[in-house]
Amino acid sequence: MKMNGARILLECLKKEGVDTVFGYPGGTVINIYNELFSFKDIHHILPRHEQAGTHAADGYARATGKVGVAIATSGPGATNTVTGIATAYMDSIPMVIITGQVSTALIGNDAFQEVDIIGITRSCTKHNFLVRDVKDLALIMKKAFYIASTGRPGPVLVDLPKDVQIAETEFVYPDTVEMRSYKPTVTGHPRQVEKAVDMLLESHRPVIYVGGGVILANASDELTGLSRKLSVPVTTTLMGLGSFPGNDPLSLGMLGMHGSYCANMAMTNSDLIIAVGARFDDRVTGKIATFAPGAKIIHIDVDPTSIKKNVRVDLPIVGDVKDVLAKMIKLADKHKDKADGFKAALTPWHEDIAGWKDKHPLGYKQSSTIIKPQFVIQKLRELSDDDVIVATDVGQHQMWTAQFFQFNKPRTLLSSGGLGTMGYGLPAAMGAQAAFPERQVISICGDGGVQMNIQEIATLVQNRLPVKIVILNNNFLGMVRQWQELFFDKRYSQTCMELPIDFVKLAEAYGAKGFSTSKPGEVETVIKQAFKEKGPVIMEFKIAREEKVLPMVPAGASLNEMVLNA
Amino acid sequence: MLHTVSVLVENEFGVLSRVASLFSGRGFNIDSLTVAPTNEEGLSRMTIVTRGDEQILEQITKQLNKLIDVLKVIDFSDGSAIEREMILVKVTAEDENRAEVLRIVDIFRAKIIDVTPKSYTIEATGSPAKIDAILELLRPLGLKELVRTGAVAIGRGAKGWKG
Ligand SMILES: Cc1ncc(C[n+]2csc(CCOP(=O)(O)OP(=O)(O)O)c2C)c(N)n1
Ligand SMILES: [Mg+2]
Repeated sequence: MKMNGARILLECLKKEGVDTVFGYPGGTVINIYNELFSFKDIHHILPRHEQAGTHAADGYARATGKVGVAIATSGPGATNTVTGIATAYMDSIPMVIITGQVSTALIGNDAFQEVDIIGITRSCTKHNFLVRDVKDLALIMKKAFYIASTGRPGPVLVDLPKDVQIAETEFVYPDTVEMRSYKPTVTGHPRQVEKAVDMLLESHRPVIYVGGGVILANASDELTGLSRKLSVPVTTTLMGLGSFPGNDPLSLGMLGMHGSYCANMAMTNSDLIIAVGARFDDRVTGKIATFAPGAKIIHIDVDPTSIKKNVRVDLPIVGDVKDVLAKMIKLADKHKDKADGFKAALTPWHEDIAGWKDKHPLGYKQSSTIIKPQFVIQKLRELSDDDVIVATDVGQHQMWTAQFFQFNKPRTLLSSGGLGTMGYGLPAAMGAQAAFPERQVISICGDGGVQMNIQEIATLVQNRLPVKIVILNNNFLGMVRQWQELFFDKRYSQTCMELPIDFVKLAEAYGAKGFSTSKPGEVETVIKQAFKEKGPVIMEFKIAREEKVLPMVPAGASLNEMVLNA
Repeated sequence: MLHTVSVLVENEFGVLSRVASLFSGRGFNIDSLTVAPTNEEGLSRMTIVTRGDEQILEQITKQLNKLIDVLKVIDFSDGSAIEREMILVKVTAEDENRAEVLRIVDIFRAKIIDVTPKSYTIEATGSPAKIDAILELLRPLGLKELVRTGAVAIGRGAKGWKG
């Protein structure tokens, strides 16, 4: 059937199984919105800012594993999406972003609301397309979804000029797509996998170090299976939290700058590190020269560029981590005798680890007069549902969440790890709630970052998305203040927010509910009350203003040089 | 260390800027870059001369391969390629210099492609080393203008890039 480009776009989304999109209208997408008006198969959510729309699509993608979709108009609409795109790119989140563009005849003329969004997003998308002929549209959409969701996932932008939306052609959606220049590697080389198992079974102090790649590949079962089968301890990055049950005795918790003492000590003293879907980020390794000096490194990743980028690697395995881990489990079964011997010989290693856990467990000084942020996080965990989804913003509260909210299931923590984008937490929660209307979704924010996309409370109220927003209010840009305290002589330059905000009134102004307390004794009541509410809620906790995130590996120091208490 | 890579790319809109911005965005060097269509429909070939240690070169190859429009990256690190470059160069040529220029042109099997009473314009091709050598001899005579294509490279032996 002949259709215009705008309609074809919607049909393509439907064919890809997209049920929800986050978009904002404007001159160059008005034709798409005109088609959408009578298109019943796609639920459209109107955020209050395109950045938030993009983060919402990202949150939707992280929570579901499906491709998130956002729409924006040309020019300012498109540039507003850039932070959201870069956030998704750094964390390898599958997304398709559709931007309107001025008509093809006007491109390059500095037309009204023209911006070269293809050029602007080239370095923060996995790929991008400018559609110049309506006949190419369906194939480009097919490719966009294919590229976004396969291999190492990532955001793909499709720039759609207005005249292409109006032009008509026959709609045919390809069933499959074949690209000679894009063949994501899927299976690990069998010889390499065998070698990995040999190396593992010959090691005495092994650690599995896990990143977001395990969650992206839906490989939590395989990871947990391998670790438990051979009693190998697991530490995860911020992005990897939830891929391995935090309550498992083999879990060392998070490693790196604000990781646990025991995770960082285990890495430093190990003789074999198996890195799975992780990329040895500088926040994780500390000083490279002294990183895990005695360890051999096996690196399993679907993206070859991640391997040997930052650290030396003894055994690289390029492939889907789910497939590689499954093969490793099979091989461990095959070498059962050797595996049993290996396990038995791990006792001293487990004792070392238990010793580190005992010596410096994660902790904080409780207070009866002032609310400690860590206490709020623990209470939230205690009082929330088992399958609760938590989206954080960026800062101290993010690290306290990572440390004290035990994540036991994949896709339950949504956090901007790579880019560290303030303003992410609220809209990401909104996206997750749109995907799972029945599940409990909490957004944990700082008083700074929450104000970067605070307008989305309106979207929550309008769309009946009952996100529970927690604000840990220290009236500081706390994480930066912490650095100033530790490394800049407490010169708190521009990190005090000065003006106190009445977050309860603010919630009410948007038609949401608001609670606030500064008393430790009221924390539990506030959380319980808030969780009972059917709609979106702000819970503000006025916390100890100068509480620090500890332990901390100062930037550039070795992993085992942690500041434990100051 | 200088290093030559050939990159086979889909002849898509913007592919050159994808490659170029990969180099600039990641701080890789480009000494020269040439690009033109190949005998195969829709495929172009770039020859890039770059520099860096082994780890950087490995990243360059991997990052290029990761670009969606890149079909194949051929790494000529081991001297397995034949490289050629062409120059067009305008030299001052007056009085006794005129004969000297002609001698150099002759020795390097170059060609005079334009003549005026005061200058010769020369076309020369050869390996980058040979081009450097002829330029070294011409330079003292006075170079008015120099255009270099940058190297193109092809693997030695009977096999094409597909093997
Ligand atoms: C968009 C953006 N701007 C600046 C920063 C730098 N930054 C990182 S954490 C932080 C402080 C965040 O303060 P707040 O939201 O109150 O959280 P807290 O650290 O106090 O928990 C800042 C400014 C950032 N990560 N993102
Ligand atoms: Mg704060």
